[in-house]
Amino acid sequence: MAAGVAAWLPFARAAAIGWMPVANCPMPLAPTEKNKRQDELIILNVSGRRFQTWRTTLERYPDTLLGSTEKEFFFNEDTKEYFFDRDPEVFRCILNFYRTGKLHYPRYECISAYDEELAFYGILPEIIGDCCYEEYKDRKRENAERLMDDNDSENNQEGSMPSLSFRQTMWRAFENPHTSTLALVFYYVTGFFIAVSVITNVVETVPCGTVPGNKELPCGERYAVAFFCLDTACVMIFTVEYLLRLFAAPSRYRFIRSVMSIIDVVAIMPYYIGLVMTNNEDVSGAFVTLRVFRVFRIFKFSRHSQGLRILGYTLKSCASELGFLLFSLTMAIIIFATVMFYAEKGSSASKFTSIPASFWYTIVTMTTLGYGDMVPKTIAGKIFGSICSLSGVLVIALPVPVIVSNFSRIYHQNQRADKRRAQKKARLARIRVAKTGSSNAYLHSKRNGLLNEALELTGSTEDEQHTTKGTSLIESQHHHLLHCLEKTTNHEFIDEQLFEQNCMESSMQNYPSSRSPSLSSHHGLTTSCCSRRNKKTTHLPNSSVPATRLRSMQELSTIHIQCSEQPSLTTSRSSLNMKSDDGLRPNCKAAQITTAIISIPTPPALTPEGESRPPPSSPGHSTNISTTTTSNIVKVSAL
Amino acid sequence: MKLLPCSAAKTTSPVTQNTVEDEMEMATVRHRPEALELLEAQSKFTKKELQILYRGFKNECPSGVVNEETFKEIYSQFFPQGDSTTYAHFLFNAFDTDHNGSVSFEDFVMGLSILLRGTVQEKLNWAFNLYDINKDGYITKEEMLDIMKAIYDMMGKCTYPVLKEDTPRQHVETFFQKMDKNKDGVVTIDEFIESCQKVSNQ
Repeated sequence: MAAGVAAWLPFARAAAIGWMPVANCPMPLAPTEKNKRQDELIILNVSGRRFQTWRTTLERYPDTLLGSTEKEFFFNEDTKEYFFDRDPEVFRCILNFYRTGKLHYPRYECISAYDEELAFYGILPEIIGDCCYEEYKDRKRENAERLMDDNDSENNQEGSMPSLSFRQTMWRAFENPHTSTLALVFYYVTGFFIAVSVITNVVETVPCGTVPGNKELPCGERYAVAFFCLDTACVMIFTVEYLLRLFAAPSRYRFIRSVMSIIDVVAIMPYYIGLVMTNNEDVSGAFVTLRVFRVFRIFKFSRHSQGLRILGYTLKSCASELGFLLFSLTMAIIIFATVMFYAEKGSSASKFTSIPASFWYTIVTMTTLGYGDMVPKTIAGKIFGSICSLSGVLVIALPVPVIVSNFSRIYHQNQRADKRRAQKKARLARIRVAKTGSSNAYLHSKRNGLLNEALELTGSTEDEQHTTKGTSLIESQHHHLLHCLEKTTNHEFIDEQLFEQNCMESSMQNYPSSRSPSLSSHHGLTTSCCSRRNKKTTHLPNSSVPATRLRSMQELSTIHIQCSEQPSLTTSRSSLNMKSDDGLRPNCKAAQITTAIISIPTPPALTPEGESRPPPSSPGHSTNISTTTTSNIVKVSAL
Repeated sequence: MKLLPCSAAKTTSPVTQNTVEDEMEMATVRHRPEALELLEAQSKFTKKELQILYRGFKNECPSGVVNEETFKEIYSQFFPQGDSTTYAHFLFNAFDTDHNGSVSFEDFVMGLSILLRGTVQEKLNWAFNLYDINKDGYITKEEMLDIMKAIYDMMGKCTYPVLKEDTPRQHVETFFQKMDKNKDGVVTIDEFIESCQKVSNQ
């Protein structure tokens, strides 16, 4: 029920008193309010900004977060308010939805941020009001297209594609000439021959020199053989290209129906028809007109030029506007031609012999060409003529901006796609750097850790705290996690240069690579926390965690201060890990001896020490699972 | 208009059709967890702890469920050098107790309750469940090998010493030797628990 209507319910129920006198059956009992609660003010604290509303307002929509018991998860006992760590600006819209029943979309807000907030509060975007729904949908579609473009170009540029069949590689070469040099060569060769063919068609008709007999010959007839050879060569190339494309096309039927292939066929048909037909006088007239179709070869350039394709696509998408233009022009032409004909009927020797004859005048005047071959002589004719030219300007000028804006939109879309592709390379490079940064941080700390472990062997707690001071807690926990993985598999992480060096050394010297690092056995004491079963390792947050996750740091530090006996769980994974680590450390200390015994005698192959500990570590990685994110956040945090 | 390499012209209409359908699908996948009291009764966490857990869960995953793709993506950030997708897959299946393809808050809480607050027996049980890929009650050598390979995948290739092809297999052999008491080729839950506890009591 809509929000406003609910308020009138008591009135409607009171009005029911009118039915009682004439009712046949006794009235049913009225529902009693089970929890007769006084309506109370709820305080919603969203990132520090306090909103207040009645409880019943929120309960109008019981299938959302705020309207159901789900909000109890966010209730803060100490301050008696509901705390949400979200965007207060968007929350304003959401709360207004509860108040007014209409959800609005603020235009300045980013569409994906808004979607996230809606998802968080459990509100379906479909209920956005009519006033804002169109804008929302448009922006969402734009965003989706952009993402789709990104994904497509990503897929296209994957270098390591599975082995394609010969036919598929050929098709790829045709569609994307930059994939291989052969394709590029082919591309340029065909482009060259298209140009040659078009130029020969043009030059054929130029008169070049006279033949004795005072007849001016066009070049085509003077050098007939040369032109014929050129034509043949071009048609050969085009035929071969067409057949190759036909062979490589994944769907031959669709390929035959496509515009480009029709153009190809039309471009080469005249030649073959000319070969077949004899040099008969009657038929040669038709043959000459066929030659006109050779000019269609110029359209083959559209495979080579993206701009041409955009133009064609624009015209196709503006079909309705063009149709309107044509229709209105036709209407105007007919009207003005009729008028001009009757106006000029009186004057002698007028060129306006019939209405169709006046069409020519009208078209020439409306498009402001004004050849002057047909000119009105009467005064009425001149008046109508001027009206005709003025209206022509208007009628033509109207649909043109629509077409122009369409073209501009499509063109810019293409530009944007290219720009994004270029930016993507830089972005991916930065992401790669960040990734190696985090793994290098681990290796770096490992080297430092070796020094510190010498201190730890003495077993004094002060020194232990000393060692962890240098790096942040999250970082040290992440490094611990990676260290545990190393212990499990009994292999160490090293950086790429060292790895390559080792590879070269081992290939040169037959280096026994099964030697386990000598550290493992000595690490029994310090890495006692790694005495888990083989497969389990603690998961700790990545040190290069994005800001959204670092919000958990504050809670983390407060937990750290609280003693580990009653650790209250916090939102962050790290704090959960903290807790598990706290629980572990006393265990580890006690179990140091046992793990040392286990680890030392079994150097290279295994880590059976891992089996001893039941997994207090596994909470670690289950906490990892809590850090689920939507795909949007993950994209950011890939940095 | 420059000479640009050919690229297939895309039409936008199929895109919009797909997105409308996708939106409808996504809009319906929203999950609300059980009431706080119910969860408190079922798990070993207090109300406050559940609140904290839920806040974190919901903040990262507003729709209330985690699907396998997101799970894998997150997991891979902790192991930048290797490929953790296989292991994340096994973990996901262990958490998704009702096998519906997504981990809800309830699944998450129940799993955590066992792992953090459970008895040793329960924890070992959970671990056994993780290794038993097809959940038939036995860990075979192949299952163990799959898991081992998944773990070694997480190391990546830049390791010292260099990872050899059969390192996981050797690891599995030794493990099986220790665990499989009656040498019947599979490890049952009892063998598993017994050998783990034996090693810890050594």
